[in-house]
Amino acid sequence: MRRILVGIKRVIDFNVRVRVRPDGAGVVTDGVKMSANPFDSIALEEALRLRERGEADEVLAVSIGPGEAQQQLRDALAMGADRAILVKSDTALEPLAVAHVFLELAKRESPRLVILGKQAIDDDCSQTGQMLAALWNRPQATFASKLEIQGEAARVTREVDAGLEVIEVDLPAVITTDLRLNEPRYIKLPDIMKAKKKPLDVIEIVSLGVDATPVLKVVKYEAPPQRQKGIIVKDAGELVAALKQRGLA
Amino acid sequence: MLIPRRDVDFQLFEVLDCATLTRFERYAAYDREAFASVLDTAYRIAAERFAPYAAACDREEPRIEHGRAWTIPETRAALAAYNQASFTAATFDADDGGLQLPIAIAKACTAVFSSANVAFHSYAALTAGAADLLVSFGSDDQRRRFVRPMLAGRFTGTMCLSEPHAGSSLADIRCQARPDGDGHHRLTGTKMWISGGDHDLAETIVHLVLARLPGAPPGTRGISLFAVPRDRVREDASVGEPNDVRLAGLNHKMGWRGTTNAVLSFGERNACRAELVGEPHRGLEYMFRMMNAARIGVGTNAVALGYAAYGEALAYARQRPQGRLPGAKDPCSPPVEIFRHADVRRMLLAQKCWVEGGLALVLYCARLADEERCAADATARARIHALLELLTPVAKSWPSEYCLEANKLAIQVHGGYGYTRDFPVERLYRDNRLNHIHEGTHGIQGLDLLGRKVAMQDGVALNDLFARMTGTIASAGSVEPLAAHATALEAAVADIGMTTQALLRAMSLDPGVALANATTYLDSLGHIVVAWRWLAQALTAHAALAAARDGDRDFYTGKLAACRFFFRHELPRTGPALQLLRSLDDTALAIPDGGF
Repeated sequence: MRRILVGIKRVIDFNVRVRVRPDGAGVVTDGVKMSANPFDSIALEEALRLRERGEADEVLAVSIGPGEAQQQLRDALAMGADRAILVKSDTALEPLAVAHVFLELAKRESPRLVILGKQAIDDDCSQTGQMLAALWNRPQATFASKLEIQGEAARVTREVDAGLEVIEVDLPAVITTDLRLNEPRYIKLPDIMKAKKKPLDVIEIVSLGVDATPVLKVVKYEAPPQRQKGIIVKDAGELVAALKQRGLA
Repeated sequence: MLIPRRDVDFQLFEVLDCATLTRFERYAAYDREAFASVLDTAYRIAAERFAPYAAACDREEPRIEHGRAWTIPETRAALAAYNQASFTAATFDADDGGLQLPIAIAKACTAVFSSANVAFHSYAALTAGAADLLVSFGSDDQRRRFVRPMLAGRFTGTMCLSEPHAGSSLADIRCQARPDGDGHHRLTGTKMWISGGDHDLAETIVHLVLARLPGAPPGTRGISLFAVPRDRVREDASVGEPNDVRLAGLNHKMGWRGTTNAVLSFGERNACRAELVGEPHRGLEYMFRMMNAARIGVGTNAVALGYAAYGEALAYARQRPQGRLPGAKDPCSPPVEIFRHADVRRMLLAQKCWVEGGLALVLYCARLADEERCAADATARARIHALLELLTPVAKSWPSEYCLEANKLAIQVHGGYGYTRDFPVERLYRDNRLNHIHEGTHGIQGLDLLGRKVAMQDGVALNDLFARMTGTIASAGSVEPLAAHATALEAAVADIGMTTQALLRAMSLDPGVALANATTYLDSLGHIVVAWRWLAQALTAHAALAAARDGDRDFYTGKLAACRFFFRHELPRTGPALQLLRSLDDTALAIPDGGF
């Protein structure tokens, strides 16, 4: 079975203006619309296209999070994933713990590809894919904007600071998706009903033997400072002086 | 701007408890999560395929090229996404290729699409309306050849009622259908104001046309309904040669420009084949049996357009700095956002009251339509049907009037910018101005309500409505912060009950005088019904507030504030209006014709 494992994280919907809670212990989530991380939807779309091109037999969607994350997995099934696993965790996990969960699942499911979003739009860590590749001891191709399978290797175009970089990685490999890789399809209403019949397993994170104890300490959340009004400078000299005054040059 | 999801979820699942619709067998395959996924999909397609082109389709009005109406190409792409997701088929029976989605959920989706781009959405809404008519009264063959392709997005549909000389008065139409000896008919005549009457968006268009058969009785009892495809539709539902339906012209409208509006000429070469739908002479009756849904659809569009403008006004007011608050004497102090100014807040709150009250009204009606469809027995069904009949003119008119007022204030909040084409609020105003007019004008709704609906079956529907209101009043009466509202609504209900009796007595003596007051009566009943829906929202919000945190606290508190505003600023308007109604004012009739 040529399997693709895709990560789906439940995050605050990208349309929501995120607000910090008054106590600084987190952001406001009550009554806030939650959705799949957009980069993860791109990952799922790519997996579905690979399956449709005959490069894979099964697409497995995995989420790690609270019970409510089943909604995002059901949407993934409606979009076209064949089955889904929710690894239940009521506390937010750090990227290293997430990578360990995916490592355990990779051992069980032996995927040909693991496709993850390049980052989640809530914490913007951009670490899980890289950590998983290192733990799994398999190649990684991050920030992918094009993906072609050639035999037992993947040819991946990556978005890098200098432009585009094309690399080839042996399979199995970890791919993380960039924005331009594809445009995820719309869910069809009949498929929402069909998705209810597809397998969605819920397992506890402890059953995977993953230690989810945080290694990082979050001190405080605060909103970015309000943008100050700009000033107009006469010439470069004045600009340099102004920068120096602010300790920026 | 799209209708906010939070309010849609609140109205559907907290106030109207739509998750329980799944207990009906028809909807048993769904659950709350599936409804959420349906709404998610609607929002995504609306945001990505509809909203970005609302200004473009207004700017680039449809035009005629080579005898065919041309629309901007994004129209086709939007409808393709809509149909691939199966939204046109959403509420239809599985047997007809539908998904049996509850009407309330589907209505919320249509509101979202209309708030994004009402012009694009109209093609799909008209198609669903025409398909609904064919499902109810057409033959099996018509369902197979027309309805299935319509629900799949291959064909669109229209309603062809008006003619150049006869709009509101359908009794006077002249279109003729003569038997062609082949089991079908040949249609001749001209139809006017046909929304979606021609375009390049589908393989063909199925026009549902009202026309007279030879020797038909005069008036409304001699009108039959015909299915007339623009192109012949073969036995296998493939599209053949043209059917002698000519696009005679396009109307150039004030708003809603992205939807073509056509003058159609049928049978100029005597080759327009028409298929009778149902039985002869019953066309108008069929049409009116579908009219409730169409009119609640108009109200929904009015809500959507007012709501979209409210969203624009709110966003603008939050970021537009201008002037200082009364206490700030220093002219060098930074200006505040206009959102802080008392009168701007008043205008925003008025808009909130109207558009959220309007949404509550149309979704309540949609929920009733679900209950009617799934009623356990004929008695229950008839009872709900009667209530819907009564509420239909209200659900059509109240949003058309007051959500348009919201559009007006949305322009006002923008100041001079609102009057330019650089901001969407002027377009939304123009778009919404239509809702007063089509599917039965505002005045006709008043006549329908007072002349027909309140008195039908000895006022059973009105009594049912009052009983439902009394239930909410009783619940709110025991909730301290809402008790005063409950008392006010109780008084208003008693007031309109008394006024209704006075008007009905007058109707039997002098219908002219009573009907001269029908629009004011419609307006007053609308205000009382919406006050009731606000009280229901407030009850839900009040109960939820205790356990709410963060953003939810603001949301529920906002609902309670808007309810209070409605009860303080809006409901009291009904007192003087009802008093005036009881005086049976005849000034409009008494003034001499030359006195205008």
